[in-house]
Formats: sequence, structure tokens, C-alpha cells
Amino acid sequence: MDSVAEARPLSPTAKRSRFSRLLRKYALQIAIVFVALAILAFFIWRAPITFLSYDIYYSLMSTTPFFALIAIPLTLVIIAKEIDLSFTSVMAWGMTAFDVVFVATNNVWLGFIACLLAGLFAGWVNGMIVVKLGIPSLVATIGTQFLWRGVVLVVTNGQGLGLSAVKETVLYSALVGKIGDVIPAQFVWTIIIAIVIWFFLNRHKFGAHVYLVGDNADSAKLMGVDVGRTKILTFTIVGLAAAFAGFVVSTQVNYFWPTLGEGYLLNTLASVFLGGTSVFGGTGTIFGTFIASYIIAIINPGIVAAGWTAYWTQLIYGFIIVASVSLQAVLRRRLN
Amino acid sequence: MDNLLQLKNVSKTFGEVSAVHDVNLEIGTNEIVGLLGDNGAGKSTLVKLITGYHRPDPGGEIYWRNKKVDHLSVPKARELGIEVVYQERALADQQSLWRNIFLGREISNRWGMLDVKTMQHETQKLMHTAMGFTSSAVTSESVVGTFSGGERQGVAITRALYFKAELIILDEPTMGLSLSETRKCLDFVASIKAAGKAAVFIDHNIFHVYPVVDRIVVLDRGTVAGQFMKNELTLDELLDRLYRVAQTGSLENNQGATR
Repeated sequence: MDSVAEARPLSPTAKRSRFSRLLRKYALQIAIVFVALAILAFFIWRAPITFLSYDIYYSLMSTTPFFALIAIPLTLVIIAKEIDLSFTSVMAWGMTAFDVVFVATNNVWLGFIACLLAGLFAGWVNGMIVVKLGIPSLVATIGTQFLWRGVVLVVTNGQGLGLSAVKETVLYSALVGKIGDVIPAQFVWTIIIAIVIWFFLNRHKFGAHVYLVGDNADSAKLMGVDVGRTKILTFTIVGLAAAFAGFVVSTQVNYFWPTLGEGYLLNTLASVFLGGTSVFGGTGTIFGTFIASYIIAIINPGIVAAGWTAYWTQLIYGFIIVASVSLQAVLRRRLN
Repeated sequence: MDNLLQLKNVSKTFGEVSAVHDVNLEIGTNEIVGLLGDNGAGKSTLVKLITGYHRPDPGGEIYWRNKKVDHLSVPKARELGIEVVYQERALADQQSLWRNIFLGREISNRWGMLDVKTMQHETQKLMHTAMGFTSSAVTSESVVGTFSGGERQGVAITRALYFKAELIILDEPTMGLSLSETRKCLDFVASIKAAGKAAVFIDHNIFHVYPVVDRIVVLDRGTVAGQFMKNELTLDELLDRLYRVAQTGSLENNQGATR
């Protein structure tokens, strides 16, 4: 029986069906790549001077990570059928922890570690509230969004902090430096984090459980998966990533603003949903989120370079998001 | 007969509702026990107690091969060899076949990294042997949500079989199945007996249960209303008694009610 099964892929019809299977399996990813290429082609056509020079791509690589760094781990939370709206405040909360520790010790590294730990803690708190108290994550994280922003404002008294001390350490070039003058370091970090999270999502027990928990939490529980722990872990990872992204943004602009993070909420969420992750949980890919974050990022400069006013930006965002998400819904129904 | 599993004075209360009350039940090695009872009789709760999903109220005891088991949990029950084919099917619809087969106990190394190749290969093998999938359109990568009711049941049963269970619990396995699929499912129960394993077969339908079991336990309103060896009574007599239970809550003038 085995030999029959193994001989099968050799026949040409089986090969074709294997190809169509792959096509089906990756249909959403292929679709998002085509959307990205179509948009890029359109902008190259409308604004060749801008889009045929390297500068625009460099600037995209340096600014997109500010929210892509969060959107990638946020994909895990949404696959697990939860949501996190608090990361905008957690970005600033992490930097507040840096602020306090740095002012007290004058040590950038201690501050950096404090920043990451603060993010980790904030994410863990989100997870605990959702899992242990059973509060829907939409509500819980609206609450913690206000909570952490409040903590930031009270602790900093609304005052920012200059970060020239960070610029003197190796941390600066490691996080936001230029690699060979052509690639910003934060882009490399985004790729590293995407690969690491992809690995854990697809090749590790943790990721298998994230999919199961989002798909059918009851089944997962009946089969012995620790649903609560899995969810708490996803929230914690987003908290950590938000603090890291907050540090990267602040380092890039050389200043910590207590309003840090405001304005990132919708871009980040849009990247995840545009990337093909279902709000109903159980499906989603890191690759999709990664590509989608660049689609979101390219629209604004593209519109300006094409000679329209920036007033068009939101309209086009809205159109692309609604159209893509509808397309995905139709594709998904067709495929099943 | 040796006891494989024994429940002693097991109760389960949810808030004020007593779902299962003071149940004593034994399951012998290589015995197929049919568990009958109306909706709300406590069948599913009893199953979830046996599989470690629920903990019994204080005072209840569970024995496995005559040894007391404390703090039974789902992973622990599996380690002992208790497998369930659930009424809810317990499948993740949007995930691939291989992920469903290995749901909750993925093959991985000690760092938790998945051995995807082995799992896919094992699934492929199971598809041709145990599940009887012959169509080349279905692979280990196929998404389970696209399968028919019978195919899904096949996945759930195969999953239980693959992990070499000692005691297989089938929670209404014939629900929603076609005639031929039901036939296949009953054959499977018979094969458990032949393989020297034990099973608890839960169903509404006495015509499905009667032919394949050794003993029948009737559950009513959370307690064991009675139990019979199959060779003690005919199908007609059993039907009579079940009607009586449904009406009066007791099997009256039967000697097997409390053992």
C-alpha cells in the first residue's frame, strides 16, 4: 500500500494536482503579493522619478518597521482569536521605564532592559486579564491602553527625554544604523523577528497550539492543550515587541515623546487583516502581515509622489483594505 | 474480570446543579460497556470525568488497574491510555489533517520543535490503512473542514487508534452518520474487542449499542439506574426497562440495579 502511495506523485496528473494544491494552499499569500506588485507598478507608472530611485525604498525600509515590528507578533494574538489594542501605549510605557531607570543609573543598557521588561509585563497583564478574568480582549486592552498611557503621563509629567546618550552606545547603530549605507538596521531586525516568529508559529508546538486555540478552543482544551497559557504567551510577546518597537522609534528620532505610539494603532491592525489573518481566528500568516505592512506604508508616499494631495491617502487606504479583505473572504469560500 | 477502570462514589456538581451523583462504575479489561441514558442523564459529564477534563467532587475516587489515580488530567489520562472520540468531534476545522491527527500531542523534540515530516508521513500512512481515504484529492495537508461527517468521524477514530489506547471512549460516535458510515463505526467498536482493548460506547440508539457491547449501564438523572450483562436479557426486555426508566426514574424489580 505504501509503495502505491509513494509511486503516485510521479504520474503527470498527480503532479498537476499537486501544483494546484500548492496554489490553493498559498492562494492568499500569492494574492497579497500580486496586490503589492500591482500597487508598486501603479506608482512606478505615475511617479517614475520617485519610484525608480533607491531613496524611497530606503525610507520605506526605515519607517515601516516602526509598526511592522508589532504587526508581526500581533498576528499571533489574532490567530488565537484575540485582539490587542493597548500596544500603542505599551510602546510609550516601555520608554517610560527606560526614562526612569536611565535617569536613576545613567546606564543606557539597564534602561533598555527595563524597557523590554516593562513591555513584557504589560503584555502579560493583558493576557492575565483576558484569560483569568475572562474579559473579552477588545474591552480589556482598551482599558489597558488608557491605563498605560495614564501611567506614562503621570510618571513623565508629560515631559519627554533626549536620547543623545543612546546615540553614543553601540545600541544605536545596532538598532537604527545603516548597514553598508544601503539598508537600515531596523529593517534587518524586522526580517529577523519575522523569521523567528514564523518559525515558532509553523514549526513549534507553541505555534501549533496558537492555531488550534484560535480555531476551536473547546477542541484544543479537550485534547489537552493549555489554552490559557497559550493566549497569555501571545499577549506577552506583543507587549515585548511593542516596547522594543517603541525603543527603536525613539532611538531613530533621538527623543522620547510621551505621546509615542499614537497613530500606530490602525496601521498595525490593518497590516494584520490585510495580510490575510482572519478575525475569526485559526488562520493567518506572518508572510502576509509582512507584505501587507509594506502595502500600507507605500500608499502615503506613493500618492504624494503621484502628484495628488495627501487628502487622498485615507480614501485609498480604505479602498484597498475593503477590497482586499472582501477578495480574501471570497477566495476562502471558493477554496473550501 | 480484572478492572481496568473503576469509579467509586464519583459526583460532579456545577454550581447548584448535580450533573453526576455518587456513581460507581467498573470497566473490565477487554470489556465493551454500553452507556445508555437520555439527554441530561450525565453521560457526557461522566466521560469528561474519566478523561480528566473535569475533576470529581471531593470524596470521589478513580482507580486505574486497581491503583488510585489522584488529580487526573487530560494529559495524564492519555498517558494511562484513555482515548476519547468526542461527540463534538474535537477537530480543528481550519487546520490540516496531520495537525488534527496530532492535535495536542505533536511529535516534537525536547525543545518543542515540530517534526512535521514524520507527522505528515504517519498521517499519509494512516489515511490509506485506517481511514480508508483513497482519493488522491485528499492529502495530509487537506483542511479537515472540507470533509464529510463520516470522514471526520474516521479522523477522530483513527486518532484514538493511532495512540494505542487501552480504553477508548466513544461519545455518540454515530450521530449524524449515514447508514454505511454507522456500519463502519460499529465494525470499529467490534475491532476494539478483538484487539483485546476496552471501550465505553455511549449512544442514544440502543439498536446500535446492543449488538456490540458486553454489558449495558443505564444512566438516569446523574446516577446509575441499573446495569445488565447482555446475555442476561434480550433486546426487547432491555427496551421495556428503558421505557420504565424514562417514565419512573427506576428500573423496578430488577436485581442488577445496585451491585
